[in-house]
Amino acid sequence: MHIVDRRLNPGGKSLANRQRFMRRAKSLIRKAVHESTTSRSIKDVDEAGEVSLPAQGVHEPSFRRNLTGGIRDHLLPGNKHYVEGDTIPRPPGGGGEGGSEGSPDGEGQDDFRFALSRDEFVDLFLEDLELPDLAKRRVVDTESMSWERAGYSVTGSPANLALMRTVRNGLARRLALRRPRADELVALREQIHALEEDDPRRVELEEELDRKLRRVSVIPYIDPLDVRYRRYEAHPKPVAQAVMFCLMDVSGSMTEHMKDLAKRFYVLLYIFLRRKYKHVEVVFIRHTHQASEVDEDTFFHSPETGGTVVSTALEEMQRVVSERYSPDAWNIYAAQASDGDNTASDNERTADLLSNCILPVCQYYAYLEVGRDSEHFPPGFIRRDSDLWQTYTDICRTGVPMAMRKVSHRRDIYPVFRELFAKRQAPVGAEPA
Amino acid sequence: MNYINPNAVRPLFEGADWEFSTVQRAYDAIEAIALGELGLDVYPNQIEVIGTEQMLDAYSSIGMPLFYKHWSFGKHFARNEGLYRAGMQGLAYEIVINSNPCISYIMEENTATMQTLVIAHAAFGHNHFFKNNYLFKQWTDADGILDYLEFAKSYISQCEEKYGETAVERLIDAAHALMSHGVHRYPRRRPADLRSEELRARERREHEERVFNDLWRTVPQKDGGKPDNSAEERRRALLQLPQENILYLLEKIAPRLLPWQREVLRIVRNIAQYFYPQSQTKMMNEGCATYVHYRIMNRLHQKGLLTDGAMVEFLRSHTNVVFQPEFDDPRYSGINPYALGFAMMQDIERICTEPTAEDEQWFPAIAGSGEAMAVLRDCWANYRDESFILQFLSPRLIRQLGLFHVLDDANESNLRVEAIHDERGYRKIQRALARQYDIAWTLPDIQVMDVNLETDRRLLLHHRALNRVLLDERDARLVLQHLADLWGYDVLMKEVDPATDSVLKEHAASPRPGILQPI
Repeated sequence: MHIVDRRLNPGGKSLANRQRFMRRAKSLIRKAVHESTTSRSIKDVDEAGEVSLPAQGVHEPSFRRNLTGGIRDHLLPGNKHYVEGDTIPRPPGGGGEGGSEGSPDGEGQDDFRFALSRDEFVDLFLEDLELPDLAKRRVVDTESMSWERAGYSVTGSPANLALMRTVRNGLARRLALRRPRADELVALREQIHALEEDDPRRVELEEELDRKLRRVSVIPYIDPLDVRYRRYEAHPKPVAQAVMFCLMDVSGSMTEHMKDLAKRFYVLLYIFLRRKYKHVEVVFIRHTHQASEVDEDTFFHSPETGGTVVSTALEEMQRVVSERYSPDAWNIYAAQASDGDNTASDNERTADLLSNCILPVCQYYAYLEVGRDSEHFPPGFIRRDSDLWQTYTDICRTGVPMAMRKVSHRRDIYPVFRELFAKRQAPVGAEPA
Repeated sequence: MNYINPNAVRPLFEGADWEFSTVQRAYDAIEAIALGELGLDVYPNQIEVIGTEQMLDAYSSIGMPLFYKHWSFGKHFARNEGLYRAGMQGLAYEIVINSNPCISYIMEENTATMQTLVIAHAAFGHNHFFKNNYLFKQWTDADGILDYLEFAKSYISQCEEKYGETAVERLIDAAHALMSHGVHRYPRRRPADLRSEELRARERREHEERVFNDLWRTVPQKDGGKPDNSAEERRRALLQLPQENILYLLEKIAPRLLPWQREVLRIVRNIAQYFYPQSQTKMMNEGCATYVHYRIMNRLHQKGLLTDGAMVEFLRSHTNVVFQPEFDDPRYSGINPYALGFAMMQDIERICTEPTAEDEQWFPAIAGSGEAMAVLRDCWANYRDESFILQFLSPRLIRQLGLFHVLDDANESNLRVEAIHDERGYRKIQRALARQYDIAWTLPDIQVMDVNLETDRRLLLHHRALNRVLLDERDARLVLQHLADLWGYDVLMKEVDPATDSVLKEHAASPRPGILQPI
């Protein structure tokens, strides 16, 4: 009998099968992933999670008999009062008695649930998208050091022993000091053996052998002098970091539905930035006729009343940027959601702020105009553009890193997002400043 | 006084922890009982300790240590992993492979008691069954299976490199769909070698000489001595039709498959054939293993090798395994093969040692023979579930389980109780229960009836709809589509009522161009 310990065998034997399965069910999984994001909060949406697929999509068919119809026999244990010839009313829903018949392959018609790792989840989620490649990097003080090879040293831990180098040094030293080689000694011994007991040359040779043996014992094969270790040096690693500004109009005209749309968009942007940058910070700025920086919960849930002055939000953003996020060190992304209302007198100031102060420091600025779910326009009907939309259109025209879209239903969010960040041949905007 | 009795037996282990030496000690103690007292005959054992993830890996490839790659295994893996992580499903304590040497996987997180139980159950119970049961002897090659899987895996991955993963995946999809109908159910005649041929010729000659009677010469003969053989019959004979092994037929005569595709079909078919005995002996196999571990664990305890605590732990796990909920219990999900198997084995032991008058009447050959193990070993070697139940399900056990037979005819409004555990019902219940384990009754009977290779090459299949139970229509259509893709021409399936030979339903499918065959 053998006992074999297989615990240390490399795991992940099923990985290839799992990937094949993912590829096979890709469209289904993609759909499930999008649906599952609706129920998560902005920060944990890119955690690993379970998704469920409709069982039918990955069904493996086989010839099997129908579960109903025809004549069937059931053999059941635990008879209590039935006698031969009794009749039993058919239990509702066909099948067998007391749910005795499971489906033959043990698989119910339920959804097929399984867990995706975080990477798998996000990969699927953000397939084929890319950020406008404008990452700024800077060296931050601590955190990420990378160890890089930097020659050899004479001290170090045994794990870092540079074997080749050590042996090579030893070889050079032995050659230089003329340490007799092993085969020389063997040859000499054989020579002595071959000679007669009283041959005069024998004494001579024995003396030579003695001399050589002494040399061997004095000159070691590997000397501590030869030993070299691989040396590593810590290099500070440039870290790309990003800050994401969420700007939203929270005045009375913004309904819950609109906020929901905005939230979805922010979630997507957050995940996307997380893919690209190690550090992503999120700043929430809400505004009515005045703007303030708030936390996520307040941002989405706390009601607010007042007029609508967009420029206040841009000013607030400018303030935060100048205080905390120097454009040299941070990649700045901003997403603004609004229903398009703005006080008429403010439009000019907004345009001015945006094109002169905000856009130059931003990597990308996305404007999302959210509409009512119920807004249905008959084909051919041209909807009047909102104030803000008109204002922004003028700015957007001039090839700046900015994009704007209208969304009125949650099913459009993802397509719009994809549209904004789809891989494209030409860069999306000119490099600012 | 520090006196230690040198003859006192120390238990194999105390507490839950184990080491490799513990496993070795337990194995040796079990082996002594299994081979010495129970007279089991096993393949050499190889016991492999694995972790959770490896167990999940093994689950996804039907328990085999190596297997070709296919998305469906990934699906099973994802499913099991999900269930396991959510805590909805525990993992098996072991997996045992019918190979020589017999490989048993045991989980690292089992307690020492569980490892002992698992070794007794798998490495001796199942192992004995694999080595001795006639179905396994007939259909599986324990010496070669691991090598064959190795070959299959590398062959299929070579095909993927050569012909692309998609092409191979589609082919395996189609083959898997037909896997349940890719087995030979009856041994085929092997081509005889020269020597036995010679022997038979000589015997035939001797027989003719012995029965020679000159009178036969005088009997008037029919004219036109040649038997009437229509072209159709000749064709069917040449193609070995009707044929129930659809994958075999495709491999041999599908007109448009490429050689590598035939080889892949063959691999899938061979693996299906390897598992064929397992589905027919599930109940006996588990019964045998459970009975063996029960005997061994009790004996270990008796010898003082198991502590009382370990024994209680074992009994708890054992009773869970052989628990049979009654039909009106919400936990009921069919007859538990462990429960029925174990109960029958114990019942046979009882009949051999303490028979009642009823047993004497029902089982005159074994009642009171006193040699329970000999009888059981004979059962394990020469029966499968269906024949075993037909032969050995005793009235006493039927009463004990309260078995009753309900007939469900879709044409009637009510179900009818056909038989219960009484004098009039025993035989009926034996027969009905045996049928539930008879693969000919549980798997749909589908045969390729005809194909005319000279005309439209349409493949004709019949499903003999036993008791007028039709095929699940959606699945049948999907599988037929796969079949048509493989065959390369139209396929027609008729569902026939075997009682009247009337056609109940027809399905047809045409191959999709470019799916498997070059356009």
